[in-house]
Amino acid sequence: MISKIDSKMCLNMYEQMLTIRRFEEKAIELFEHALIRGNIHPCIGQEAVAVGACTALRPDDFMVNTHRGHGNCLAKGADAKLMMAELFGKKTGYCKGKGGSMHIADFQKGNLGANGIVGGGLPIAVGAGISIQNRRTDQVSVCFFGDGATNQGTFHESVNMAALWKLPVIFVCENNLYGLSTPVGESVSACNISDRAAAYCIPGVNVDGNDVIAVYTKMTEAVARARAGEGPTLLDCITYRFFGHFTGDPGKGITYRSKEEMDEWLKRCPIKQFAKRLIKEKKMTEKTEKAIEAAVNASIENAVQFAKESPLPAPEEALQDLFH
Amino acid sequence: MSEITFVDALRITIKEEMERDPSLLLIGEDIGRYGGIFGVTKGMLDEFGPQRVRSTPISESAIIGSALGAAMTGIRTVAELMYIDFSGVAMDQIINQVAKMTYMSGGAAKVPMVIRTQEGGGRGNAAQHSQCLEGLFLHIPGLKIVMPSNAYDAKGLLKTAIRDDNPVLFIEHKLLYAAKSAIPDEEYLIPLGQADVKRKGKDVTIVTISYMVTVALQAAARLAQEGIEAEVIDLRTLVPLDMETVLKSVRNTNRAVIVHEECRTGGFGAEIAAQIQEEAFDFLDAPVARVGAKDVPIPYTEPLERAVIPQEDDIVKAVRKVLYRS
Ligand SMILES: Cc1ncc(C[n+]2csc(CCOP(=O)(O)OP(=O)(O)O)c2C)c(N)n1
Ligand SMILES: [Mg+2]
Repeated sequence: MISKIDSKMCLNMYEQMLTIRRFEEKAIELFEHALIRGNIHPCIGQEAVAVGACTALRPDDFMVNTHRGHGNCLAKGADAKLMMAELFGKKTGYCKGKGGSMHIADFQKGNLGANGIVGGGLPIAVGAGISIQNRRTDQVSVCFFGDGATNQGTFHESVNMAALWKLPVIFVCENNLYGLSTPVGESVSACNISDRAAAYCIPGVNVDGNDVIAVYTKMTEAVARARAGEGPTLLDCITYRFFGHFTGDPGKGITYRSKEEMDEWLKRCPIKQFAKRLIKEKKMTEKTEKAIEAAVNASIENAVQFAKESPLPAPEEALQDLFH
Repeated sequence: MSEITFVDALRITIKEEMERDPSLLLIGEDIGRYGGIFGVTKGMLDEFGPQRVRSTPISESAIIGSALGAAMTGIRTVAELMYIDFSGVAMDQIINQVAKMTYMSGGAAKVPMVIRTQEGGGRGNAAQHSQCLEGLFLHIPGLKIVMPSNAYDAKGLLKTAIRDDNPVLFIEHKLLYAAKSAIPDEEYLIPLGQADVKRKGKDVTIVTISYMVTVALQAAARLAQEGIEAEVIDLRTLVPLDMETVLKSVRNTNRAVIVHEECRTGGFGAEIAAQIQEEAFDFLDAPVARVGAKDVPIPYTEPLERAVIPQEDDIVKAVRKVLYRS
């Protein structure tokens, strides 16, 4: 399947996944050095969902994000410098330091923002779908959310409304098998999250969320359906976070996940898997791999440098931006 | 007597009440094996089992609503809302259902439930995880509101709240969880509606609650060095509200500064200031002052968060102002 996909696109996807990985690793390190405050919800391990899904999008498509959203931001075209500056609370960040990790938005790239409220973004994505339908464009609106979010009323209200009006919305579940410490089997009554689509008469698709090509392929179908006016799709992308729920979660989540389970998933690292495949199918040489790695590392260093050198906002700026 | 943290005080209280009332139910997110994100329910699942310690899906509306349903039908319930900000998701259940059930039924429904939650800024958790919302709930008749400022009070107040036959919103503060107090070994209860004078003083009355008690006491210590003796009143509960203690103090000091972390506009300080002028107008030597957060969401970055949330300095300045000193 991978052979049918343009090599350049493959290398782009690889580079993006690696950028997300390095960005997150750096953010965790900086958090541990108290250069970043609050909390970070790292998406390490889930990069294939972000990149596979966003590669199927156009720059003018909309995206609604979650608290674990750095990967989706980057995949939707965000500038790592402005993201890092936001994490540092600097004036040059995406939200001028007001939002922080959980609230990065990038309207120029169609990124309508992340959310600190689980399930809070789903209705917003539906609204963007209404906007597309009423403005008669062929954009789509993509909503990312976790497995845990599907237990909120907003999930059911949103999917129903989008299905009812055949809105161009793609519901992408980043199903990492846990909502904080709660396993999906102890929180979702359905056998699969994709089964929930049946209640709204829309397609529910199971996707290997650690396979970027699989995500890209299923997403491309869902996007085509949405652009054709046939309505929403629910993609259930099974994946795993390698780190804890947030930076304060002890032992990368060892208090509620077994070491065996964590090790098993580590073997299925979406980035390593993809690199192996690219090399095997001669889409990437080891030399190119090294060059990409070097470029990614440099870009992250650059982002940190930019963030460090940027000024903090002045206290009086606290009162700005409440209204336009 | 032992020195324990606020979190430990809550945990011990809940455990004791679980033992006392064998039907008491706990419900909330990640409260089982994980023990709650602040560790308040650690060990409860093992001790009391999954029927009494119900770790839920992420469904705040159903958490609050089902706590109400259980409470109305004879199961006293303590629901945990991880952050007060998430009350937004459960707002219908809180304000239209929980708060009104007893009254709407002409007193027939009994609603013995506590909603335990936590609020406040200071940790860079940004706009949707740092709010103080007591003023919002104060405006809804039918909810008791308890906001302890230390581990000792938390224990005595939580016991009373759990045993109360009405809905109680029990609001903790995230910056207080690690703070320690000496707790006696024997049981004690603190009645709702009894303010506590945390520091005596004759020059000005500072009325406050929750974490701001700590900040106000720091301000009072600094003011003492300038020769200003501030009395610091910890309201401990907003509903019922102990105005007697406040008025008695104001009649003595003739000046009042109300301090809260929630936004200044529409905060409980407005209500208390109004009641002071209604009841003690003739005793006032200066307008009642209010210190509260700036009327914006809580920003992430530290310099802005500090500028928005009331600091020791803001209290000191407000006190000097009502004393006409600069
Ligand atoms: C309304 C609401 N409830 C609870 C939380 C606390 N919380 C933040 S993330 C999270 C788990 C979310 O699980 P899931 O949707 O599966 O996303 P994941 O974190 O696994 O990516 C919880 C409980 C919240 N932020 N908002
Ligand atoms: Mg999850």
